[in-house]
Amino acid sequence: MITLHINGQEHRLDLPPDTPLLWALRDTLGLTGTKFGCGAALCGACTVHLDGEAIRSCVTPISAVEGRKVTTIEAATEGGDRIGAAVRDAWVRHDVAQCGYCQSGQIMSAMAFLKSLPKGKQPTAAEIDAAMAGNLCRCGTYSRIRAAVADAARALV
Amino acid sequence: MLPDFFPDQLPPALRDLLERGVPAPDPAMSRRSFLKLAGLGGLALGAFPLVAAAQGAGAQADALKPTQQPSAFLHIDADGVVTVAINRLEFGQGVQTALPMILAEELDADWNKVRTRFGDNSPAYVDPAYGMHMTGGSNSIKNSFVQYRELGARARSMLVSAAAARWKVDAAKLRTASGQVLGPGGRRLTYGELAEAAMAQPVPGHVALKDPKNFRLIGHPTPRLDARAKSSGRQDFGIDVRLPGQLTAVIAHPPVFGARPRSVDDSAARVVKGVKTVVRIPLERGGEGIAVVADGYWPARQGREALKVEWDTNAVEGVDSARQLAQYRELAGQPGPRHFDADMTPLDSAPHRIDAEFVFPYLAHAPMEPLNCTVRIGREDAELWVGTQFPGVDGAAAARVLGLKPEQVKVHVQMAGGGFGRRAVATSDYVVEACEVAKAVRTAGIEAPVRMIWSREDDIRGGYYRPMHLHRARIGFDERGRVLAWDHVLVGQSIAAGTPFEGGMVKNGVDHSAVEGMREPYPLPMRLTVHHPKLNVPVLWWRSVGSTHTAFVMETLLDEIARSTQQDPVAYRMALFGDQHPRHRAALKLAVDKSGYGKRRLPEGRAWGVAVHESFSSVVAYVVEASVQQGRPVLHRVTAGVHCNLAVNPRGVEAQVQGAAMMALSTCLPGSAITFKDGEVEQRNFDGFTVARITDTPEIEVHIVPSAEPPTGMGEPGLPPLAPAFANAIAQLTGKPMRELPFRLA
Ligand code: FES
Ligand code: FES
Repeated sequence: MITLHINGQEHRLDLPPDTPLLWALRDTLGLTGTKFGCGAALCGACTVHLDGEAIRSCVTPISAVEGRKVTTIEAATEGGDRIGAAVRDAWVRHDVAQCGYCQSGQIMSAMAFLKSLPKGKQPTAAEIDAAMAGNLCRCGTYSRIRAAVADAARALV
Repeated sequence: MLPDFFPDQLPPALRDLLERGVPAPDPAMSRRSFLKLAGLGGLALGAFPLVAAAQGAGAQADALKPTQQPSAFLHIDADGVVTVAINRLEFGQGVQTALPMILAEELDADWNKVRTRFGDNSPAYVDPAYGMHMTGGSNSIKNSFVQYRELGARARSMLVSAAAARWKVDAAKLRTASGQVLGPGGRRLTYGELAEAAMAQPVPGHVALKDPKNFRLIGHPTPRLDARAKSSGRQDFGIDVRLPGQLTAVIAHPPVFGARPRSVDDSAARVVKGVKTVVRIPLERGGEGIAVVADGYWPARQGREALKVEWDTNAVEGVDSARQLAQYRELAGQPGPRHFDADMTPLDSAPHRIDAEFVFPYLAHAPMEPLNCTVRIGREDAELWVGTQFPGVDGAAAARVLGLKPEQVKVHVQMAGGGFGRRAVATSDYVVEACEVAKAVRTAGIEAPVRMIWSREDDIRGGYYRPMHLHRARIGFDERGRVLAWDHVLVGQSIAAGTPFEGGMVKNGVDHSAVEGMREPYPLPMRLTVHHPKLNVPVLWWRSVGSTHTAFVMETLLDEIARSTQQDPVAYRMALFGDQHPRHRAALKLAVDKSGYGKRRLPEGRAWGVAVHESFSSVVAYVVEASVQQGRPVLHRVTAGVHCNLAVNPRGVEAQVQGAAMMALSTCLPGSAITFKDGEVEQRNFDGFTVARITDTPEIEVHIVPSAEPPTGMGEPGLPPLAPAFANAIAQLTGKPMRELPFRLA
């Protein structure tokens, strides 16, 4: 049994300790907002927050997150988090999503980036690109991701 | 994502396939029931008129086809919420917003109360022009524009008739606006209040449509209906389907297409915690695979890793990319079928010559959602949950595998995380795999729905690629850049050959999908010889199909002729268009004007590049700015001029062009190629197969030529001209032509 803290709740899971967090979330807990894209830390679709930092859940065994706080897209965007709500609203305003499959991961990366900024600092275009460089989008929504991240940062001042 | 084949030429084999995929009419359903019955539970109606028509029933409405019946497309509840059925796959292209816009326009619905649901393999949801269930060829809006307008107008007319009856006034005196019928003396009734009564009204056959100048939704930039769900992890895709007791299957595929295991030791796989069974299943091309079935993806995947399999690859052809290129070169020198056949005599005496060879690799579609399909086998029926562009074809294929009649298989079309053509497969490859696994699991005595998921490696190595192509051109032209003779050879596998599409797409030995985009619209004296070698690599349409390579060849060569005769590439193209091709001229002019081409001085080290191309009935022109940095081509700015006639949702068109430009940019980047060694694909995941990143992304501005003509599609046309425009800019900077994708600087 492994105890996980996910979205403010405790879950006791009877899974092998090397099970990737992604599959514990998706198949065991039914939190399917976190997506499977590559399974090898190459695309960012599975990004979640571990103690506020963006990690790739597809290569993170559940044994490594025991006792730490995991936040997924569901709670991050609709759970009262100010930055999460700002990012979500910017994503909607800019109609970022096309197929939408990569967007959970994009949003989790954007949130972690905005949280990491010193208070009041507006990110440069190069900083936004660097923060989002690990998230692939086959639909090519990058122009609007750039605009939405900058817009969310402005809304947060 | 499908070539532009000809609806009237669908071959009989395909018609058969499709007809057997069409569920039988259910006479119990009333045609008047649209407002109530229209299947919020997923039930699709509208089959009844088939019977009526067959029996020669007289009333006009009875002659309506299933695709014209509001019953299958529209539901209005007592609160006035309007639910519109989508007859296509939504995989990012925005039909889930654009189609309801079209219907709601004529219905005069309150846009804030419009919801959607996806269709299935029922007859109502075929493409009205092709008569088959399909999302492809950038056809959704083009072919369903009038259909969805009429559906909305029919329902509106029934609501008005119901209000007229209630108020005892002439229906002609009533107006509608924003989900209400408005009557004399300020009387009003909401659609929700009228829904029940409207059901009793006959479905009108002929309906008058709005004058386009009164459109209040169509043509106005409209946010996507799925934006909030897709910005909060709430949107479910096919891969998220969860049925009670479902098992997950992961398949060990042979390393070479069509190979079989010589020996399998699955003892270690069977003891992985969570693994329920291991089954062997037949695969395409005579191959065989091993499916590990478990209570989740991870144990199934672990089980696959634990399999000890020796593959016998001796009996199948092992393609090798280097050898293949040599073979294609050899073939290019042979005589073959001709697509164009101009006189080549002037070639040898021409004052100027270009002799060029182009190479394009295999490409994977690599949609972000790995392919998957969930199958539930019942007593005498089956259900599939799958993001598919071909629900009819897939349903029929599933029926064959499961020993059912096609009408016993229901295909629930799921939201899909991209596709780009990969979900429109004549053989239904991954759907058949899922059904074979579900069948084998049941034979093993386990009653459970099975969800099959491909890993990313399965996707990259799973075949059905954009075919590899070799082009050769010998062009003779004069000092003014006038082409005297253009001798062209194209070598590449046929996509349609051996499929039910062959009859409609292959003419005189030439696959239309390989040559689309060659020569047109330029008045050039061209001879085009085509070779379609057969190889052990499954190939498929890939967003914009033939134009992925033909546009590159045409637009870089014309640019080279212009530059080598000291002519401006824009003026040169405009002169070739003459007073013909107004849409090409308008798109190009718009891109040129908005970009500042010819007016603005570029920063040191940058150059302009231009290309224009029509595909799938829409024209896109790009003017780009690019440079070479540390030996690497870099794209800085892109200005698009688009002609798609009336843009139903300009915001959707903009997204499609931006996205297509990025997908095209991917094809220019190092690593955007599928290659073979000893029959095995050399790439495995996104570390080997390149997809463009945010750091590769230029500024992209999209401008649309205003038009009131019936809309043409935009899923694909934004792709073809981007790579040649980029290449033309780089060729200017380096002085060397670009003849390869991905780009390689000499
Ligand atoms: S699924 Fe984890 S990075 Fe791609
Ligand atoms: S929106 Fe489709 S992959 Fe990003």
